[in-house]
Amino acid sequence: MEGFGEVLKMYRKTEIINDSKAPPAEGFGEADMIINVGPQHPATHGVLHLVITLNGETIKNVEPHLGYIHRSIEKMCESLSYRQFIYVTSRMDYLSAHINNHACALCVEQGLQVEIPPRAQVIRVLMDELTRIASHELWLGAMAMDLGAFTPFFHAFRERESINDIMEETCGARLTMNYMVPGGVMHDLHPSFQQRVKDFMQLYKSKVHEYDEMLTGNIIFQNRMKNVGVLSAEDAISYGCTGPTARGSGVSCDVRKLYPYEIYNTLEFDEVLETGGDSFSRYMVRVREMQQSIRIIEQLIDNIPEGDFQTKTKAVLKLPKGEFYSRVETARGELGVYIVSEGATTPYRIKFRSPGFSNLSVLNHIAKGSKLGDLVAMMGTLDLVIPDIDR
Amino acid sequence: MTNEELKIKLAEILPTATIEEAAEIGPGWITVNVEPIEWLAFAQQLRKEEALHFNFLFCLTCIDWKTHLTMVYHLRSTIFHHNIVVKAKLDRDKPAIETVSHIWRTAEFHEREVYEMFGVDFLNHPDLRLLILPDGWEGKNPMRKDFEDPVNMIRL
Repeated sequence: MEGFGEVLKMYRKTEIINDSKAPPAEGFGEADMIINVGPQHPATHGVLHLVITLNGETIKNVEPHLGYIHRSIEKMCESLSYRQFIYVTSRMDYLSAHINNHACALCVEQGLQVEIPPRAQVIRVLMDELTRIASHELWLGAMAMDLGAFTPFFHAFRERESINDIMEETCGARLTMNYMVPGGVMHDLHPSFQQRVKDFMQLYKSKVHEYDEMLTGNIIFQNRMKNVGVLSAEDAISYGCTGPTARGSGVSCDVRKLYPYEIYNTLEFDEVLETGGDSFSRYMVRVREMQQSIRIIEQLIDNIPEGDFQTKTKAVLKLPKGEFYSRVETARGELGVYIVSEGATTPYRIKFRSPGFSNLSVLNHIAKGSKLGDLVAMMGTLDLVIPDIDR
Repeated sequence: MTNEELKIKLAEILPTATIEEAAEIGPGWITVNVEPIEWLAFAQQLRKEEALHFNFLFCLTCIDWKTHLTMVYHLRSTIFHHNIVVKAKLDRDKPAIETVSHIWRTAEFHEREVYEMFGVDFLNHPDLRLLILPDGWEGKNPMRKDFEDPVNMIRL
C-alpha cells in the first residue's frame, strides 16, 4: 500500500497550495485534502471557483476565487454616458436585467429630479415582478437539478419560457432587455401584452401545485434541505445578506417594503419571511415570493393607466455635482447603485452594490463543518449568479 | 429617532467629525466625515451604541479623486431604518485605514475588493489577498483614475 500512499500525497499537495490565493496553511492537517470545484463545474452555474479544504467528507474551509468573468463594469461605466451605461448593467445579473436597469434609471432620475408618468411606473413594476418570477423559476429548476431531481427543471422552464416570450414581444430581447431608461420605459407595451400576461397567470395558477407535489412535500428533498446551511439572523445581517437569503433567516429586508420606490407603497403584498435559516427556509421564501409577485401583477394588469410611457428628457443627460444612491429589490436581494457625479455627462465613479457578492461571502461560514454533498444545496439556495458577483 | 436627534447623537460621539445633510442622496441620509485614525473607534460606537445600532454595512467602496482617495461606508440600522454615509479621506500614495471586518463581517470581502482595485491597505485585516484579479498581479490598481490597460480596453 506504500505506492497508494505516495499517490495520495501527490493529490493532497496539488499545486494550488503554492498559489498566492490558497487558503492559509495553518489548520491544514495531515489528513486534509484540497478539492477544486469549478470554474467549469455544472453546479456552480457560471465560472465560480471554490477551493475546498476537506477532512474526509467534512468541509473545513471554502475559499471562493472570483474574477473569471470580471468585466470591470464599474470602470467601463465611467466612460459611458448616463443613457449608455444602463445597457451594460443588463449584463450584471442577467436573470433580472429589468431590475438592474430599473435601479440605474431610478438613480439617474433622482439626480435629474424628474417624475416619471404613472403609466411608466406601472409598466416598470409589472416588468419587475415578471422578471422576479422568471428568475425564481430558473433558480427552482436549476437548484432541483443540482440536487438530482431532473423533472422540476422542465416544469419551471415551461413557465419561464412563457415569460420570456412576453418580454421578447415588448422589449425585443429575452434576457438583456434594456427596456427601462431614464424618464420611463423605452417604448410602449405590445398590444397583446395584457392578454398574454393573463394567460400566463392562468397557466401558473393551474400548475403551481406541481412544485409542492414534486419538491416541497418530497421527503428526499426535505431531508437534503432541512438543517443544511443554517444561517442565523445576526450572521445574515453581519455578512450583509439581503433578499431571500436573509429573509429565510427571518431578517426583514425587502426594499419594496422598507424603502418603497415607484408605486410599491400602494400595492398589497406581503414580505415573505421564514425563520428556519436553513436551505429549506430559503427555498420556501422564493416559492412563496413568486405567489406574491403574481398577486402584485393581478392588482396591476387591468389597471394600467393611459398616458405617456416616457417623460421628456434632454438628449444628453447631465447630473448635477453630488452623490446619488438608489436601491431596488432584485430577485437576489438589494441592488444599490451609487453614482458620484462631477456635473459631466458621464459618471465620475459608479459603484454597484450587488446582492450576490455579499451573499457569497457567507458561504464559508455556513458550509464549515457540513458534508461536501450538502454544499450543492447551500450554493443552490444562495442563488448565486456569477456575473452579478464579478461585475 | 429623527434626523436632528441623530445628528446631535453623532456629534456627541465624535465631536471632531463634520456632519452634513446629504439631501441629494435622498431624505434621511446624513454624511459624516471622519479622520481615518478615528474611524475604528467611531465604527465600534456606531455598532454598539443602542440608540444608533448601525448593524448593517450595506455598501463599502472607494473613490479616487486624483489628489486623494475617499473611503465611503454606507450604513443602516435594521431596527431604526436610519442611514448614514461615513467618509474618510486617505492619502493617495500610501492609503491605509483600519479594517472593520470584525465589526461587520461583510467588510472582509468588500475590503479585499477595494484593496486590489484601489490599493488601500486595511490594517489588521484577517485575510488581505487578491480576490478578483489574477494571481501575481502587482502594483497597478485597476480602478484608479490613472490606470490604462493597453490590451483590454475598458475606457472608450
